[in-house]
Amino acid sequence: MSDAAARLAYDVIVDLVGRGSRVLDLGCGDGLLLARLMAEKGARGTGVELSQAGVQAAIARGLSVVQGDLDQGLADYRDGSFDWVILNQTLQSLVNPSLVLNEMLRVGKSALVGFPNCGHWRARWHLLLTGHMPQQASLDYRWYDTPATRLLTIADFRSYCGERGINIVREVFLTDPDGGRPTRWPNLRAETAIFVLAGQIEGRPRQRP
Amino acid sequence: MQPRSVGIVKTEYVELFQPPNELRLDSGEKIGPITVAYETYGTLNADRSNAILLCHALSGDAHAAGRNNEEDAKPGWWDDMVGPGKGFDTSKYFCICANVIGGCMGSTGPSSTNLRTGRPYGLSFPVVTIADMVRVQRELMRHLGIERLMCVSGGSMGGMQALQWTVDYPEMVLSAIPIASAAQQSSQGIAFDVVGRRAIMSDPKWRGGNYYAFGDPPLDGLALARMVAHITYLSEVSMRRKFGRRLQDRERYGYDFATEFQVESYLYYQGDKFTQRFDANTYLYITKAIDYFDLAASKGSLAEALREVTAKFLVIAFTSDWLYLPAQSREIVSALKVNNVDVSYCEIESDYGHDAFLLEVEEQERLIGNFLSGVAREHGIA
Repeated sequence: MSDAAARLAYDVIVDLVGRGSRVLDLGCGDGLLLARLMAEKGARGTGVELSQAGVQAAIARGLSVVQGDLDQGLADYRDGSFDWVILNQTLQSLVNPSLVLNEMLRVGKSALVGFPNCGHWRARWHLLLTGHMPQQASLDYRWYDTPATRLLTIADFRSYCGERGINIVREVFLTDPDGGRPTRWPNLRAETAIFVLAGQIEGRPRQRP
Repeated sequence: MQPRSVGIVKTEYVELFQPPNELRLDSGEKIGPITVAYETYGTLNADRSNAILLCHALSGDAHAAGRNNEEDAKPGWWDDMVGPGKGFDTSKYFCICANVIGGCMGSTGPSSTNLRTGRPYGLSFPVVTIADMVRVQRELMRHLGIERLMCVSGGSMGGMQALQWTVDYPEMVLSAIPIASAAQQSSQGIAFDVVGRRAIMSDPKWRGGNYYAFGDPPLDGLALARMVAHITYLSEVSMRRKFGRRLQDRERYGYDFATEFQVESYLYYQGDKFTQRFDANTYLYITKAIDYFDLAASKGSLAEALREVTAKFLVIAFTSDWLYLPAQSREIVSALKVNNVDVSYCEIESDYGHDAFLLEVEEQERLIGNFLSGVAREHGIA
């Protein structure tokens, strides 16, 4: 994913997140998105990041970040303890995506999932013509060295949610690098997909104290 | 003078808990007066908001940074991290380090004279806990006119004290950095301490703890305790790299019991060096305090014990530390998360084992420096 495309996705996310939200960013990297959310939306944020370098960089931005493996789950967080749980450009590297998504819906009132769409026409064309796995801009690696082991399309994610009764609240699709937002045929035209899902606690009657 | 050094520092002494205001210990016993040896680095700002308390580990002392004399061969135990421009930046912050109660480096401990008898306490010194150490430090803060600490930090047993501070005096602590530490001493940790204590107590020169008058302390027992402990501070990889199976001063096996492996020679050296500066009874008392440490014990769970904590946390662990495992640090992080405490956690990749907290300077300097800048920014500390 190009820097420009990443920035466009960040713009979308910053736009979506409400002012003063409590945010958990899973796979927060160097914390750039969290820092923007805090600066531009007054969010109270915390991150989880696997790499030591990412944790160092995020702490250098003044953020609170816990080094850890998302695939271990989010057991320490209470139900509905965040307004937003964000999983941006990390889904494709998870070993246990279902576990993580379930946990996101448990601890977040809203969950946001952003991932590269492998249904894009260029990826399909590439596979059809060359017989090789695509290396589109958002997937810079070859099959043997990519951390992105979960390759999925917009259609895949929609049916995943449909099968599990997960409520998709919003979808935003982006083309790279021009930042167009195709509404028709997104699975063919968008490089990046951003889904907003309703957390479990939203649909449930609030527990009395 | 070394660059980025605090330079020449003087250890200060103060008598606290003058009778009748003796310190009431966890054991129920009372003790006072208590002399506390401490050092300070940097300058306390006008609103007294930039104070950082550094807590030392088992064998540490009040001398964290700089040199006490021009001729000192070595600087204080945390000199790498404490100084102008260092992790604990003494050009911005006012750092304090005090020898713990029970210690033998200037604060009252078993080798100190009991004013009632005129003789050294020996084993008549009451058993102290980590919480007792913190009570004494809190009194020292009162003496220094500091009502709020910007940060409390320390490695190993120092980290235990930092944790205890956030629980016992939550309103006084803005942030805490426990390093290579745990919320409770593990069974394995207790086991090694037990071996150390037995080594000392089975030395005939220990004489039930009353060896001070004989001028012949139980050095062999203390050295042996240190040798065992020192193994737990290293890692298999660091020992393999540092010594391997190499022999010291000889080419082939001597088929005798002289010191022959490099690792053997190293441990002997460490053991003997330790006896030159440390008191055997203090070793018993401090390891006992560590063994008693269990933050969760009185509250049922660690999360419950940390309920009142308001301090922002940076928890640091090292991948190869097998005395205080990263898993133990993650337990602290989990319990803090449950309580919605602002916490950061970094597991530094290192082969140095538990000793990494003193050796992995670069990574920690950045982490701690940046973390403290954040705390200072949030609270308008200048």
